[in-house]
Order: sequence, then C-alpha cells, then structure tokens
Amino acid sequence: MEVAEVALDEAKKQGAGMSELSIDQGQGMSVTVRQGEVETVEYNRDKNLGVTVYFGHKSGNASTTDFSPEAIKSSVNSACNIAKFTEQDEFNGLADIELLATEFPDLDLNHPWAINMHQAIEIATLCEDAALTGDSRISNTEGATLSSHDGVDLYVNSNGFKGFARGSRHSTSCSVIAGEGDAMQRDYWYDSKRYSGDLIPADEIGREAARRTIRRLGARKIKTGEHPVIFEPAVAASLLSHLVSAISGSNLYRKASFLLDKKGQQIFPKTVQIYEQPLLSKAAGSAVFDSEGVATSENKIVSDGVLESYVLNCYSARKLGLKTTGNAGGVHNLTIESTVDDGLEKMIKDMGKGLVISELIGFGVNTVTGDYSRGAFGFWVENGEIQYPIQEFTIASNLKEIFQRFAVVGNDVDGRGNIRTGSILIEKMTVAGE
Amino acid sequence: MSDQLQTATELLLRPTGLGNNELIQTLNRVMGPQIDYADLYFQYSRHESWCMDEGTVKSGSYGIDQGVGIRAVSGEKTGFAYSDEILLPALTDAAEAAKSIARSGNDNKQIRIHSNDQDIKRWYQPDDPLGSMADRDKVNLLKEVEQIARNMDSRVSQVMVSLTGSHDVILVARSDGELAADIRPLVRMNVSVIVEGNGRREQGSSGGGGRYTYQYFTEKNRAHEYAEEAVRQALVNLQSRQAPAGEMIVVLGPGWPGILLHEAIGHGLEGDFNRKGTSAFSGRIGEKVASALCTVVDDGTIENRRGSLSIDDEGQPSQNSVLIEKGILKGYMQDQLNARLMNMQPTGNGRRESYAHLPMPRMTNTYMQAGEHDPEEIISSVDKGIYAVNFGGGQVDITSGKFVFSASEAYMIEKGKVTYPVKGATLIGNGPEVLNQVSMLGNDLKLDSGVGVCGKEGQSVPVGVGQPTMRIDRLTVGGVAV
Repeated sequence: MEVAEVALDEAKKQGAGMSELSIDQGQGMSVTVRQGEVETVEYNRDKNLGVTVYFGHKSGNASTTDFSPEAIKSSVNSACNIAKFTEQDEFNGLADIELLATEFPDLDLNHPWAINMHQAIEIATLCEDAALTGDSRISNTEGATLSSHDGVDLYVNSNGFKGFARGSRHSTSCSVIAGEGDAMQRDYWYDSKRYSGDLIPADEIGREAARRTIRRLGARKIKTGEHPVIFEPAVAASLLSHLVSAISGSNLYRKASFLLDKKGQQIFPKTVQIYEQPLLSKAAGSAVFDSEGVATSENKIVSDGVLESYVLNCYSARKLGLKTTGNAGGVHNLTIESTVDDGLEKMIKDMGKGLVISELIGFGVNTVTGDYSRGAFGFWVENGEIQYPIQEFTIASNLKEIFQRFAVVGNDVDGRGNIRTGSILIEKMTVAGE
Repeated sequence: MSDQLQTATELLLRPTGLGNNELIQTLNRVMGPQIDYADLYFQYSRHESWCMDEGTVKSGSYGIDQGVGIRAVSGEKTGFAYSDEILLPALTDAAEAAKSIARSGNDNKQIRIHSNDQDIKRWYQPDDPLGSMADRDKVNLLKEVEQIARNMDSRVSQVMVSLTGSHDVILVARSDGELAADIRPLVRMNVSVIVEGNGRREQGSSGGGGRYTYQYFTEKNRAHEYAEEAVRQALVNLQSRQAPAGEMIVVLGPGWPGILLHEAIGHGLEGDFNRKGTSAFSGRIGEKVASALCTVVDDGTIENRRGSLSIDDEGQPSQNSVLIEKGILKGYMQDQLNARLMNMQPTGNGRRESYAHLPMPRMTNTYMQAGEHDPEEIISSVDKGIYAVNFGGGQVDITSGKFVFSASEAYMIEKGKVTYPVKGATLIGNGPEVLNQVSMLGNDLKLDSGVGVCGKEGQSVPVGVGQPTMRIDRLTVGGVAV
C-alpha cells in the first residue's frame, strides 16, 4: 500500500491529472515427478507494478519489478515521459466514479496451501504412479506436476478507488505416453481448484490421463468429407473464447470482427444462453471488480440465441458510445447453459455418425472474417458408438456458421477454467484428411 | 574482459556490492555432494512499445525486469528458485531453495571464476535500441508508416502499427567457474491492416526486425515496405475464394514458410524430448527422415538475426548445427542438462524466457539449404495444388509428430499456373514423413523478416526460420471446399 502511495504521489507531483496502478504479488511452488523421481522443484515469487498516467487525454504506461521508492519514482517518470509523446485521445481515462465497485463480498477465492516440497512430491508421485501402473500399454511419461500458487492483486486509482483481490490456485496434472515408435500417442489430464481440498484425488487424475492416452492408440487418418462434430468440454471452451474475441470492444471499434453490428441479432440457435457469473464462489474467473475497478455484473451475452451484449472496457465502450460491461481484463466465468440433460455419451449415441474432437492444435482462426480451420485429434463415430481414434485431419468452417449450428450443449460441464461448458455438437463441418 | 562482461558486471553486480567472491559463495552454497551442476543467471532487461491505432499514437509503455535465477542440477533433477532482488541475502535464500532437491552437505570443490569471454564471437553489437532514437522520432516513424498504408488504397479501413524494442543484459556464472555475459538488442515493427470492399473485410500484416537499433527500420525503406506488403496481402485476401479440403501437392514460398521446419521437425529434435524418448524422432539419428534434397540447420550465428545468440542462456557459445544432412538425421539441439545426460555435446541451444524461467533446449534460426530449381519451374511442375507464401502460427504434437501451420496468403495452382487466391487454410501433416515428400527445392533460400516467436512450456523466445521454395508432393490442406 505504501508502494501505491509513493507512485500516486509521484504522478501528481509530475502534473498528471489522473493516474492508476495495479500491483500484483504472488508466490508458489511447482514440483514435477517423472518416472518416480523428482524432475524439477521450482519456487516462484513474483511481483509487478504497472502505472498509467493521464495528462488530459494523453496517457503513458510503465512497469517495474523493483519496488524500491527510487525505482517506482523512475517508473512513474517514464510513464509521464511517454505521455508527452502520445496523442490526445478523448476516450482515454479512468472509469467513471459511479461505475466503480463499492461492495466487496468475499467470493472464497483465497485458500493458500501450506504444503511443503516433500508432500508435493508425494502427491505428484501418487498421481504418476496411478497413470503408469494401470495398463501395460503406457510406455513412457512426461511426468506429473503439483503446483500451488497464491497472491494478491491491488488496483488503485486517483479517483479514490482501492481494491484488493486475493486468490489461490492449486493444480495436479499428469501427461503420459502409450505405444512405441511411430505409433506413440500422448495425452494428459489435470484438475485446478482454489482450495486444495477440492482437488480431484491425484491417483484419479493419473488414471484419467492414462485412459485418455490409451484410447488414442491405433489412430487412423480419415477421408475428407462433411460431418457433424462433437467438441469435448475442454475443447468446446475454445469456441466460446472465439466468441469473446469477436465481441470484445477492441476488435469491434477497429471493425476487426465478423460479429460487427450483430448486437440484437440471432447468431446462435434459439436454445443457446450465454452469460457471465462473476460472483461464483471459489471459481476460476470470479472477481468483484475488473482491472479498471468497475463492478462486474452478470452480463447476459447471448439470450435465446440473440447477441445481447458486447465485452467492453471503459475505453472501447466510450469509442462505441456504449457503457463498459466491466470486462477490462476479460470475462468472468463465461457460462453456456446446457440444452439437454445428457453428457457426451448420450450425445454420441444421438449423433449416430460423425466425429468427436478431444484435442485441437494450431491457430487457424481469423476473427476478422470468422474463417476457421484447425488441426485436430479425436474419434470416428458410427452407429452411435466410437469406432476408432483419428488423427492428422483438420476441421474447418466459418464461425458464423459454426455458431448457427450449435445443435446441442451437454450437461457434462468442465468447471476448471474461466469458460464453463459441456460438450458441444456442431451439426456440420468440413473434415480434411486423406 | 569483453565490453559485454564489463557492462553486465557494472549493471548487475556492482550496484549491490556483489563481486566474484559473492558469486563463488553463492555457487558453493548451492553445490553439494549430490549436485552435478549449478548456475546463477542475472538479468536486467528494459523494454518499450509504441502503438498506433486509428490514426493516433494512443499508447506507449516502458518496463524494467530484473532478477536472478538460481538452478541446481542433480542427475535428472533440477531445483530452481529466483528473486527479483539482486542482493546477497536474496541470493542465499534462492540458493537454499534450489538445492532442496538434494540432501544437504557441503562440497569441498574449489570454484574458481574464470571467463573465456574474450574469445566469444559476437553476432550483434551491444547497442541500446531504446536510446537509439528520440521518442519523438519513434512516434513520427509510426505516423509515417500509417500514412503510407492509408494512402496506398482507398479500401484500407484500419491500420495498426507497433514498434517495440528491448535491451537485455545477462550474466551467467556456472559451478565450473565459467562466467559469461551478453548484451542483446532486439527491435520489431509490425503493420497490420484491414481492407473493405465488395461487402467483405480482410486483413493483412507484415513486419520485421532483428538484433539492431531502430535505425534498421529507416534504412532501405524497410518500414515503408512493411506497410506496402501488409496492404498488398490484405487486398489479395479480398479476392480470395474458399480453399479446397484434402490431400494435394503443396508448394511453399521462400522465407517465413520455413515455419514448416520449425514445427514439423525442429521441436521434435530438441534434446529434452529425445532424452525422455517422447519425440517421434527419438532414437532415429542416422536414419533417413527426409528426401535427399533436404539439409536443415539450426544456426544461432547469423549476424543480427532475431534468433541469433552470441552465447546461449547457459553461457555456451552459439553455433551452426546440422540437424538433417541430405535427408539423414544428424543431431539434436542440446542444453547443458540434456547433453550431459545423453552423453552428447551442448550445442548452444539452452534458452530461457527470463531469469524467472528454467532453461531448456530451444531453436535459434532454423532453415533449409537451397536447392537447384528455378522457383517458376517448381510451380509449373504442378498440375493441381496450393501455393502458400505467408503463414500465421503453427503447432506440433511432438509425440505423434502431427503438426499444423496456417496459411495467411495462398493461391491455387492449376495446370502449372498460379490462378486465384484462396482463403487461409491450415495445413496438417506428420513430421517424420513430410520432408520425405519434398521433391523439388528452389535456388532462392530466404530467411524470414525477423518476426518469429516460439512458445514451449509457457516460455516465449525470439526465433528465426527460412527455406527456399519447396514442393511437397502430398500434404493435407484444411479448407472448407470438398
């Protein structure tokens, strides 16, 4: 807090009309065990201060990891110097005072774990061992990792806002390999929670990593064609992240989005509901205020398939003549409601024939046009059952069409990350293979 | 003592009164009977960025990162801790944390600090890009580039220009007494445009840079060329049709399409994956993994290139390593740990994003040697296929060998002629197979313009790629047109 005072005072002294700063501090540990032996033990301790100063509507930004008063003053000076050379931009500035968060409910996000290295090694060993011993087809391992981090983010601005957010995050992960030579396959599994007691037991993570890897053995190529495609929850979340990117303010005011001017229009089938849950207890993306101090809210983004809201911060909102949606720094627990009371298994059965995608690679997504073409791994489905694993193919379409073809959203919700979705069935995509 | 070592010592150690004695003291604290190797990595890095968007220079930022990472290695075990305070008590704490992988105990080995620093060849000047140009001139350069892009065509609706520079000073002290330093300038400019026409909107982007000062962009009209290239590419995309789907002949243009090599084989030849046996290339040295036309190197010693290093982040001089020679797999890229465990020589590929990250084997500039064909001849040899000249990012699953990379500018080839542009399609293939499909190589080897960023296990480092025009007889093109 003293650090913040030093920075704000210095900015004022330099003649900045407004200023804001964020201070992030965190610590943690990460232990990886491979083939039953410790591979790495890493201790993290990070801190960073970022300051933005405003001279009228001109701004400058600087950051430092050194918290000595001299270094902080020097950073503020650097920011002020930059502001001399940037240009007046009437949309620049702090959040309007009436939008700032005034209530700070406890969202139960901070549970530091007093775990020592030896306990961490024990858990990681248990996890990897479960993956290696269950099935003789597991031939190699990339190891199991246990990591634990906690920290505090502070945001202060010259309009009098001061907000703390403390949080912790602990995770267990395991990645193993099955098969030999040209037939090798790798997959992984993980869990990540705010409170260590909520983590799925380490041996279950290991067994799931092994199961997911073994099911990929014997993967074949697939013929080029058009098919329905089911995205497993962990990869379905990426489709929603493309939505967020396309409706985020910075892409809208630059006209760099395929969803430009689509507010109020039907972009998904009527069954689709997408909203934020920023105040969800213990969740990955929970926050009371965004990175500009603005109170978060339960934004309805898509209702009955209609795009209701964009994802804006103060700057992009002013540019677009709209009000910020409290999304400086991103969305908070973006959630798509399940459209059925079933999960993946039933969805495969109902699909009859098509693909299940378990992993995506590459960056073939164009937010300007919506063009979509990504490498994938998965399974071929016929007669309502998985027939065999498939690889070395792409799935392609345009995101406008993909969104319109959101036929089914399952109830097998993956709650580990900031995007919460079940499996998603897209009615038709182009599959390029042999 | 080299200028680099002198500057690094003054900047990193002297302000808090650290000297050789304290380095030895800290290394001795880390070393123990079970510790094979330890190093201290000091870093002081300044970076800035300037962005122009919608006709105004809206934002600029400046930052300083400094700290020290301490690593202890025992067999296959690594202990690692870091501090953003370069002070003896912080070094002591980090040293104790790093050595926690082994049972305690002290070693009686005498560490004597020495440096072969004078003999290290330097592939770039220890310049400070940030101070190489007045801030006003940086801003003016952005404006100039923006205007050129806007004036090129009335269909240009958005122009974004960014200019970034960093000045990175590092010092490595190792338990074998080796002390080495490097000063790494890096600049980069990027121009990205959106064009509108016929009710469509498309984008194009271009840029470049390297281990230079900002003058690099004003010399030879480079900045102007980036603007022209970005607009040209966007206008091509405005005319593009749907790309086909399925296996076909693919001709890759020279330069940046070398990202194919980076993804398809480069990562698979990094020492860590091969020591662990998790790469599709594991245990295949001496085997044929490419057609006899293909010779691929990783070369950190090209002057001023973005991926070049005078020494790697473990103090090892950079080198030019042959990965594949006439189709035969020759070697892996190594850092200290994996080289020692595999009983091989380090190759100067030990890299880390910063003091707060562990080093691992990483690429520098990876490229394929030129062939003998006229590029025109290669295109005219194709009855039906794709000609891809610009790419976005790529990714690989090193275990199954499957890799992808996405075209941002591509054309159909029909009956030996380039006919029309197609929308960006992702290409997918199998690393150990794809280079066996190379049937023609151009005489036009080109390196990329200095834009590559490689990500591995959450760490980003600057890299370069390159290749001549290349014909691949069979690759899957992931378009939508069946």
